[in-house]
Amino acid sequence: MSWTRKDLLAMRELEAGEIVLLVDTAASLQEIATRDIKKVPALRGKTVVNLFYESSTRTRTSFEIAGKWLSADVINFSASGSSTSKGESFVDTAKNIAAMSPDVVVVRHSSAGAAALLARELPCSIVNAGDGAHEHPTQALLDLLTIREKKGHFEGLHVAIVGDIAHSRVARSNIHGMRKLGMTVTVAGPPTLIPPFVQELGAKVSYRLEDAIGDVDVIMMLRLQQERMTAGLIPSVREYSRYWGLTLDKLARHARPDVLIMHPGPVNRGVELSPEVADGPYSVILDQVSRGVAVRMGVLLLLAGRKGGDGG
Amino acid sequence: MGAVPAPRYREKAQVLDETALDRALTRIAHEILEKNGGAKDLAFVGLRTRGVSLAHRLAAKIAQIDGTTLPVGTLDITLYRDDLGMRGTPVIRGTDIPFSIKDKTVVLVDDVLFTGRTIRAALDAIIDLGRPTAIQLACLIDRGHRELPIRPDYVGKNLPTSRRESVAVRMREHDGEDRVVIEEPVEA
Repeated sequence: MSWTRKDLLAMRELEAGEIVLLVDTAASLQEIATRDIKKVPALRGKTVVNLFYESSTRTRTSFEIAGKWLSADVINFSASGSSTSKGESFVDTAKNIAAMSPDVVVVRHSSAGAAALLARELPCSIVNAGDGAHEHPTQALLDLLTIREKKGHFEGLHVAIVGDIAHSRVARSNIHGMRKLGMTVTVAGPPTLIPPFVQELGAKVSYRLEDAIGDVDVIMMLRLQQERMTAGLIPSVREYSRYWGLTLDKLARHARPDVLIMHPGPVNRGVELSPEVADGPYSVILDQVSRGVAVRMGVLLLLAGRKGGDGG
Repeated sequence: MGAVPAPRYREKAQVLDETALDRALTRIAHEILEKNGGAKDLAFVGLRTRGVSLAHRLAAKIAQIDGTTLPVGTLDITLYRDDLGMRGTPVIRGTDIPFSIKDKTVVLVDDVLFTGRTIRAALDAIIDLGRPTAIQLACLIDRGHRELPIRPDYVGKNLPTSRRESVAVRMREHDGEDRVVIEEPVEA
């Protein structure tokens, strides 16, 4: 399998072989994190710009560390304190940054399609680091790497994705990726937070937490995205937590003993996850974060290491 | 950029058969022990893919001769290449050196020594992992055409070749047979 894409925009457009190539590459790069000198010269002389229009801790730091461990020069741009506050448009800002000849631009934006727009407008490689409620492919890739490392394979696994599916780009990217790799996906949440199209993506739907987590290998809990929520979707956070919060008691009564608990972060402790579960033995939440760096190294390496550099 | 089809090769001559390959490795194992005055503080690092198999075989020979079991590591130099983006999708298969190379004499093992660029990358990769006492180079075939000031300490066979030819080291672990052949491109 070879990598020919200029950009990484969405799990939806990738073939199963490309997903496996990304995961394999990331898996082999994990070793760098264990070295005394965490740096290899692979992307020496390449420039990576992090263009973040939404707040982020994990993703931006992770891309920055990944770029630096590969010896790329990483520049962080955040919308606050930039010309955006003087009224410059998104595409104009991006074109100005592109005029400084970066090799890869990593973009996060609150609008779906923002990364695809830049991919059309700019000659450099674009990585989608989250666009609205559309996709977040590197999160799905790190989730897949974590699952494979813990379970040994993809084919035949059953995953429950629980919570605010409607606002979740993480859910969307994971459903696309997991279905392509032969996994079964059940999404679960209150009806107001389950979008109507999920069955078309090949996911099963459940409206009771206890039913959804019964016979699955992985439970992926999503953050209740209160900042994206207009009034009336849930009665109250307290009620959501009572019905949809994962506690040790619910796990013990309904889930399999070898289940993995995942969460893309940031965790609302006591809302979707009780602290005992978030920090408990089933939880691989911090493993996900560690693998995130390896995944982003893999993505940067494959994009910048394409034959011919650009236009290929 | 148009894809250039990889040239096809056909076998031109056999250079080493199974016995000769084994004899060459036995000799190299003795030379390693002679040059270093024994097996103390030695370690092997094989270059993916066939260098790793050769390193394991050399370690087995030394265990037979000297009774010492030497550590063997695996090095993937893809991240250190000077031609990233010129050869298509980089395939990372991982470095696995589960021992400290600090204060060790590292014997780097590769199948074919050609331009020396792979070894240049390997030297950088090893030094990023720590500070060995010394690095020595063992290769099964030295086919000449060096582009860098690099020379091997142990050679299985010196083999004058033309640049258009290719040297294929086939090993039981990967190819089901032990032999070395020269190949030449098939004219289309």
